[in-house]
Amino acid sequence: MAVSMDQSLTAPSLVKRLADSGLIGVFAIVLAGAMGYLLMPNNLALLTQIVAVALLVLSIDLVTGYCGVATLGHAALFGAGAYGAGIAAVHFGITDPVAMTAVGLLAGALAGLVSGLVILRAHGLAQLVLSIAVIHLFHEAANKASGWTGGSDGLSAIMPNAFFGLFEFDLWGRTAYVYGVVLLGLVFILLQILVRSPFGMLARGVRQDQIRIAAMGASSHAVLLRMYVISGAVAGIGGALSAISTQVVGLDSLSFTLSAEALVMLVLGGTGSLYGAMIGTVVFMLFEDTLSAANPFHWLTVVGALLIAVVLFAPKGLYGTAVALADRFRRRPA
Amino acid sequence: MQTVLSIAVDALAYGMVLFVISIGLSVTMGLMRVVNLAHGAFAMIGGYFASYAVRDLGLGYAAGILIAIVGTVIIAIPVERFLYRRIYGAPQLTQVLMTIGITFCVIGITNFTFGPTLKTVPLPAMLQGSVDLGFRSIATHRIFVIICGFAVAAGLWFLIERTNFGIKLRATIDNAAMTAALGVRTELVYAVSFAVAIALAAFGGVIGAELLPLEPYYALRYMVTFLVVVSVGGAGSIPGALIACLLLGAIDTTGRYLAPEYGEFFFYLAVILIVTLFPRGLVGRMK
Repeated sequence: MAVSMDQSLTAPSLVKRLADSGLIGVFAIVLAGAMGYLLMPNNLALLTQIVAVALLVLSIDLVTGYCGVATLGHAALFGAGAYGAGIAAVHFGITDPVAMTAVGLLAGALAGLVSGLVILRAHGLAQLVLSIAVIHLFHEAANKASGWTGGSDGLSAIMPNAFFGLFEFDLWGRTAYVYGVVLLGLVFILLQILVRSPFGMLARGVRQDQIRIAAMGASSHAVLLRMYVISGAVAGIGGALSAISTQVVGLDSLSFTLSAEALVMLVLGGTGSLYGAMIGTVVFMLFEDTLSAANPFHWLTVVGALLIAVVLFAPKGLYGTAVALADRFRRRPA
Repeated sequence: MQTVLSIAVDALAYGMVLFVISIGLSVTMGLMRVVNLAHGAFAMIGGYFASYAVRDLGLGYAAGILIAIVGTVIIAIPVERFLYRRIYGAPQLTQVLMTIGITFCVIGITNFTFGPTLKTVPLPAMLQGSVDLGFRSIATHRIFVIICGFAVAAGLWFLIERTNFGIKLRATIDNAAMTAALGVRTELVYAVSFAVAIALAAFGGVIGAELLPLEPYYALRYMVTFLVVVSVGGAGSIPGALIACLLLGAIDTTGRYLAPEYGEFFFYLAVILIVTLFPRGLVGRMK
């Protein structure tokens, strides 16, 4: 009797502990990464791009899903990371991939600090407009500073060194892909720890009730700004990965369209959950690749219809809806 | 002096087009609290209707404007009934996503029906050419647009400040629940103002086709501009929207004339400054 009770207590709590520490997520990332490698060996460039954008979507999730800040300008952080890594490689000769990623992380965090300082000054509609203005400002600035960024031609000739002197970045993009999946796994674990930490709880509190958080003695502005910097670091890593794998940085990495698409991916997967962010990215980008090859404008119609459908019928996104269904299914027999 | 004058005329015309299109957005946003990113899409639909009527069917310019307004409102009614009504009072993120979705759909369908090329609305002979002011000649079309802008502003001012409907509208903006309790059918007020907003957007899309060229990505390209105008002016305020349009039109046009290589850099810099200093807009009352 005691033993069976013990088991019934430990069995779910073990699963729960695994889920909490994010090991299941890492396992899923590695599994999906390996499947991608085996199933689409000729399309690793696309898969690497998916990983890079997944990092951007995770970073939007941090501010939108966890803190409740609606932003349409998050590509600014991604682009800052990409340009940071690219400029470090082209103008300063920093071609070690890990160092480039670190530069991207710092550039993204800095961009996060700057845009956070601007965007968090307002609320509601004004906040949304500020975020749009920020992404356009970054875009125009990068376009104007063509001596550094290559302007509308893009920053090309980024030549990352071989990894630890051993693994070359080959034509097939195998090294870049493996590096990307490893990065995503690491970032996922760190973020899982972050969102379960007291700080993560505080962030959720800010989303739910700012006044109450203020009454408890915490500054919601400080929490949001810190989250913005962290989110910038994550997006910056994604940007750096994209720069390393494609060896080009274009102005489209700083575009309003990328910001809006990334937000769509997040909502498609489900806000407020790291799994949702990644699922949304993968589904969206695989769909996009197949459909837009046929006709880019049909793709736009489909995205629009998909968005309307998600808002009307599955406001929690794919992951959130699946979890809700699973919950209902599990409860019914009991 | 010549440059200053041409900048002033272009800025005024551009600002007026912005005003005619975005005033409807401002009113509906102040009224229904919906962040409507699809407003530009309706302006685009209006422009395409007019282009089709005038260029392909050979109708007159006035008939084109009429067809554009009626056609766009007819398209907008079911959209409002089945999509917008679900998101009144929803969180902002939801509204943004829904209306971006509508915009994407409109772009895709427009491109499928009319193709990706630029469409024009041919001007009648009366509006072509230019008017000689003695020291400077100004394109007649610019003057027409500016007059239209002032006419719309005056008409709306009269409608909102002087008519019975205007009283109900202002009351609904201030406190919808209380107004409904006093026996005003607020859903009728909503529907009428939505229709007027769409009609004005279509009208602006037609008369502004020379300044904001019509192509499928129109809806996405200017979506942000219209939203910015409303945010800078303050949602629900006609004088605010007018000031914002003239100010932003002036900044944008001056920037394009004097420092074209910076693109819209100064425009967005100004937007950030204004929104930071006046988070509720220049003449805002939206909470």
